[in-house]
Amino acid sequence: MGAEIQQVQETTDVQRFLAEHAEKELLRLVVVGSVDDGKSTLIGRLLYECNGLFEDQVAAVKRASAGGEIDFSLFTDGLRAEREQGITIDVAYRYFSTRRRKVIVADTPGHLQYTRNMATGASTADAAVILVDARLGILPQTRRHAYLASLLGIPYLAVCINKMDLMDFDRAVSERLTTEFEAFARTLGFEQVRYFPISARGGDNITQPSARTPWHDGETLLGWLESLPHQRRQEDASFRFPVQYVLRPDLDYRGFAGQIVSGSVRLGDEVVVYPSQRRTHVASIDTFEGRLDEASAPSSVTLRLTDEVDVSRGDLIALAHQPPPLALQELEAMLVWFGEERLDTSRRYLVKHTSKYVPAHIEQVLWRKELEDLSEVEASTLSLNEIGKVRLVCKRPLACDPYPDNRRTGAFIVVDSLTNDTVAAGMILGGVGGAGGQEARSLVSAEERRARLGQSGAVLLLAGSPEVRDAALRLERTLFEQGRHVVTVRGDAESALALADAGLLAILYTPVPQARLGLAQQLRGAGVPWLELEPSEAVEQQVRRVLDAQEKTS
Amino acid sequence: MSQSLSLAARHSHLSVLEAESIHILRETAAEFANPVMLYSIGKDSQVLLHLARKAFHPAPLPFPLLHVDTTWKFREMYAFRDAFTARHNIRLLVHQNKKALAEGINPFDHGSQKYTHAMKTQSLLEALALHGFDAAFGGARRDEEKSRAKERVYSFRDRHGQWEPRRQRPELWSLYNGRIDAGESMRVFPLSNWTELDVWHYILKENIPVVPLYFAAERPVVSRNGQWIMVDDARMRLRPGEAPVNKRVRFRTLGCYPLSGAVESSATSVEDIITEMTESRVSERQGRLIDHDEEGSMELKKREGYF
Repeated sequence: MGAEIQQVQETTDVQRFLAEHAEKELLRLVVVGSVDDGKSTLIGRLLYECNGLFEDQVAAVKRASAGGEIDFSLFTDGLRAEREQGITIDVAYRYFSTRRRKVIVADTPGHLQYTRNMATGASTADAAVILVDARLGILPQTRRHAYLASLLGIPYLAVCINKMDLMDFDRAVSERLTTEFEAFARTLGFEQVRYFPISARGGDNITQPSARTPWHDGETLLGWLESLPHQRRQEDASFRFPVQYVLRPDLDYRGFAGQIVSGSVRLGDEVVVYPSQRRTHVASIDTFEGRLDEASAPSSVTLRLTDEVDVSRGDLIALAHQPPPLALQELEAMLVWFGEERLDTSRRYLVKHTSKYVPAHIEQVLWRKELEDLSEVEASTLSLNEIGKVRLVCKRPLACDPYPDNRRTGAFIVVDSLTNDTVAAGMILGGVGGAGGQEARSLVSAEERRARLGQSGAVLLLAGSPEVRDAALRLERTLFEQGRHVVTVRGDAESALALADAGLLAILYTPVPQARLGLAQQLRGAGVPWLELEPSEAVEQQVRRVLDAQEKTS
Repeated sequence: MSQSLSLAARHSHLSVLEAESIHILRETAAEFANPVMLYSIGKDSQVLLHLARKAFHPAPLPFPLLHVDTTWKFREMYAFRDAFTARHNIRLLVHQNKKALAEGINPFDHGSQKYTHAMKTQSLLEALALHGFDAAFGGARRDEEKSRAKERVYSFRDRHGQWEPRRQRPELWSLYNGRIDAGESMRVFPLSNWTELDVWHYILKENIPVVPLYFAAERPVVSRNGQWIMVDDARMRLRPGEAPVNKRVRFRTLGCYPLSGAVESSATSVEDIITEMTESRVSERQGRLIDHDEEGSMELKKREGYF
């Protein structure tokens, strides 16, 4: 416990170098701007000067550069289609290292029609760099990028006023633009905004302080990246652990595998499992290297719990003594729309949040952000690359946090259940009518239904064999004759869950073997009792198992 | 063995990369009905396999390994593969394109493009269809080659195993969309954000075994197009006037021996390799003849279904 890493005896340069590399911190950076702003040139230069490039790449670019000077923008050129069209159509990830940091750069195109790419690159970034053309000044595009960066929760922003060489490095130009932008940036809530007068082509104030800007304080873009407080440490945040995978190598071991997305956990801590809200304690924190007394974000670990609590993929484990996550079925969120087809309030979508999918529909678009002037305008839908505030209704509660508090448990994606495309990215603001608002789903409780019907609602899954329909109908008949309220549903987990919620026994069957996993996943974590039955089993056996399970749940 | 990690170690970029890769491995294993891990016996495969063993410990791997075998790998690679998988009790499937073998397709007569298409691309698609795999892990990294800089962690393939740039899904946060229809599949790249240097540092830190061909030794080679090609077995066809010479060489990347260029080197340990790498900056795939057939070639191969 608390054992310090052995200090390596630094006897040689090699060992020192190796140790240094192993101690580097990861920094994720998003660079936004259009080709004309000099974005490619800036990134190319960072790569060139921070060993992010190899000799043969440099040689190839030198050959391709017209004239004598290196055209740095050629380093980041990618797909054929782009080269032909001369535009950038997607997020590219690039890598370089500094003395203290390994940097992952999300290189995102800046045009209005590529909002989705910027949102993608910005979603994981610790810092953003926005390019401004000194000749053109602060444009709507600049404000738009800054707004997106703040929406996606990036804490640190660098505004690089580029092409200062074309303005004779005039101090007044830089100061005027800084003042102008400052007033706007204050409304966005960044932790820190820094301004750099640069020339990407000339290399001024990027990795080296420029003699041509004696009026600038001398800080370079790279120096700033080195000095940033490292990735917002999620250690002080509340512990959140979405269960990804249940490990059961043998009957004695049940481990819940996942990544700690925030906070830390210690052996013996009391935890609460959501959505069931069962309480138990951490019995063991397991890793390949051995057991730990304590673990924190972003480690991927396996937790074992003291009680035989039913935990499955999609559940969230939190600490009992910390603020609990919200459990929201109706929520308000910001959406960035990616779909070629417009948002359809009558359609059913799937929401993927942490490690689970939940069917949902988007009840209402409350307003759309007009990106030209950042005003909020009335809207009934969202189209490709549009951003707006929506009200979303999920079939089951999400154990979540508002996005500003937690970028992992506050984020979700929206998937079109027909095409499987990812059609939107969402950021949770809170419950309807303020954070944490819990709407009652029904004025009739499960206990009242149980008292009236004399049974608990449950889903019985029968899957896989071609004769499964016969088996399902036989089981339905038998249970019905025994006085149960029972119904069969073919292949639709959501309907089965709704019927089970109403207190019925819903036999869910499918003849397609591949569909089994998907159905089981939907039943898991729905908070409704369910049981999988073997289609080939004798009906008496099946009935016995159902009745045994009923005993346990009532 | 019980300990807490110190702050520095916990937040070193290697431990963050490791935690994220494990997250991806678990996510795919949970979401897909029939995943497989492609195993090419190279250093990236070794790292990927090591991460997978960590991800599911103490349970065995919930998927098999698949080696798409061109029959032209180095002899040392086959030996390493068999010894390693036997020692760790790993389920290994080996697939060869029997039809292409029967037609006598080989790297000497058919050119690297046609040969790669038959023995790797087609062979892989055959194997995926044969076993009904719906997700395949690969060890590809975004820093390897220009056209990979935009590759997703979850790379969607249509019913023909083809990669279509316009059908790739946006990836935000750590939320991967693994939903597919019957016949479609996903290639998953847990090492996307690792660089070549990260891979070697991790091999060093975790003491991961790799094929000895990565280390310098006297090997019989001939010079072709400015690269040293190793004469690994009797099938190597020498051109008129070519005679193998012994050189101290090592390989930065391993594939089929007639298509893998070696570099002269004296690096005999992982530390040496890292030192050499940081001093000479030549990109890794330079030693792969198949990437250089023509401008944009990797992108074309990827569209057809190659990794």
